[in-house]
Amino acid sequence: MVLELYLDLLSQPCRAIYIFAKKNGIPFQMQTVDLRKGEHLSDAFAQVNPMMKVPAMKDNDFTLGESVAILLYLTHKYKVPDHWYPQDLQARARVDEYLAWQHTALRRSCLRALWHKVMFPVFLGERVPPETLAATLAELDVNLRVLEDKFLQDKAFLVGPHISLADLVAITELMHFIGYSPSSRETGVGGRKEPEVRN
Amino acid sequence: MGGKTAIWLGYRIRRPEGLDAAALVCRCSCFQLGLQGGQFPKVSLRGLSSAAPTTSTMGLELYLDLMSQPCRAVYIFAKKNNIPFQLRTIELLKGQHYTDDFAQVNPLRKVPALKDGDFVLAESVAILLYLSRKYKAPDHWYPQDLQARARVDEYLSWQHTALRSCCTRAMWQKMMFPKFLGQPVPPEMLASTLAELDRCLQMLEDKFLRDQAFLTGSHISVADLMAITELMHPVSAGCKIFESRPKLDAWRQRVEAAVGENLFQEAHAVVLKAKDMPPLMDPDLKEKLKLSLQCLLY
Repeated sequence: MVLELYLDLLSQPCRAIYIFAKKNGIPFQMQTVDLRKGEHLSDAFAQVNPMMKVPAMKDNDFTLGESVAILLYLTHKYKVPDHWYPQDLQARARVDEYLAWQHTALRRSCLRALWHKVMFPVFLGERVPPETLAATLAELDVNLRVLEDKFLQDKAFLVGPHISLADLVAITELMHFIGYSPSSRETGVGGRKEPEVRN
Repeated sequence: MGGKTAIWLGYRIRRPEGLDAAALVCRCSCFQLGLQGGQFPKVSLRGLSSAAPTTSTMGLELYLDLMSQPCRAVYIFAKKNNIPFQLRTIELLKGQHYTDDFAQVNPLRKVPALKDGDFVLAESVAILLYLSRKYKAPDHWYPQDLQARARVDEYLSWQHTALRSCCTRAMWQKMMFPKFLGQPVPPEMLASTLAELDRCLQMLEDKFLRDQAFLTGSHISVADLMAITELMHPVSAGCKIFESRPKLDAWRQRVEAAVGENLFQEAHAVVLKAKDMPPLMDPDLKEKLKLSLQCLLY
């Protein structure tokens, strides 16, 4: 049986996996799980991922949750080009460092920004106090600066001269907020213009 | 604490020598410092690169505070695998992670951090994998087998936003806030946190442990180290999480036996004494810590 990827492209980590699999020519069957329809809560999907979250993967009888684990599984199984997850000890550690940091940093900020700016007020009709939104956008701004100043620095990509898993995970995260908030394309995320070049 | 030590408040920074944006997202392993609002200055971190600027002849250095769950996991792993290292203790409750020296090691001002010659590294998962590879630890810690490794990766990824969050909050809400900081926590908040911890523990048993000897298979791995050190956090606050869960308790005993009882006790000596810590008397430090840790109160 061909590899199955259970994805909803509304979700940041699902997009990272989709891009990675497509870019590397990994054959897979796309199983769309529509989060807005609650399809992730079905008994059938629980057989694939008891955590009831996307992305999830099924490779014959082997099922796997967590986007980082899935990306690493695909990397190892399909022997993708080295730059995605370098063999070099220190370069690989840099990718691991980013993949660990982002869970409670950029992921958190982008998700909160989307929900506080768009999902609660527009889709759910629930008011978000201005100070809550302000705090969320401030947190996002700080995390973006860490992304630039600690990870990107003067390099072409987050961990070196070539694209890696870290870049995929980061870019799909940032698109979450930009994609849902048309005004942010004009003014930049959090109301700033394009990131300032700082010394 | 000296005058130069900066305590991140979450509202504004008070540091006479300047403001450091890195501190604004600092999340030390015991704390999760959320942002509550306020003005954040645009300060470049470019002076603080990930690589230390000077060549070190110190060999491997591990910057740890054994009050912190992920620090304990790194400590146990290094000791168990006879990895030679110099322990650099960073006491979080004294704000030692805010020194300029430590910022050169980790501009995010978090522990654990590693310095190997000129190479510096943060994030416990990254550090464990780096040590495992560099020192060629036995395979079971992070197996080569594709599916076995995927199970470890799956746990290491899940735990960031699951067990870590509720174990930290359970320990702080039950013990550190009321006893160390003198701030009572509403009973309903503590009850809600403990209920969430209970659900996480159920997930740990049902999804990860199941009928296996260890979380990801028949041998101990880095996943078990991360999990056990996490669970000892609420244990240190008096939560009886193993007493009511015989399956989890049996796993705990296997992990302790695999690690070695002496090493396990050594790694947990600091946190198990936390309940005897006297209340913090320094009013300045107390207020600053309280403000910065408000994000743990939900």
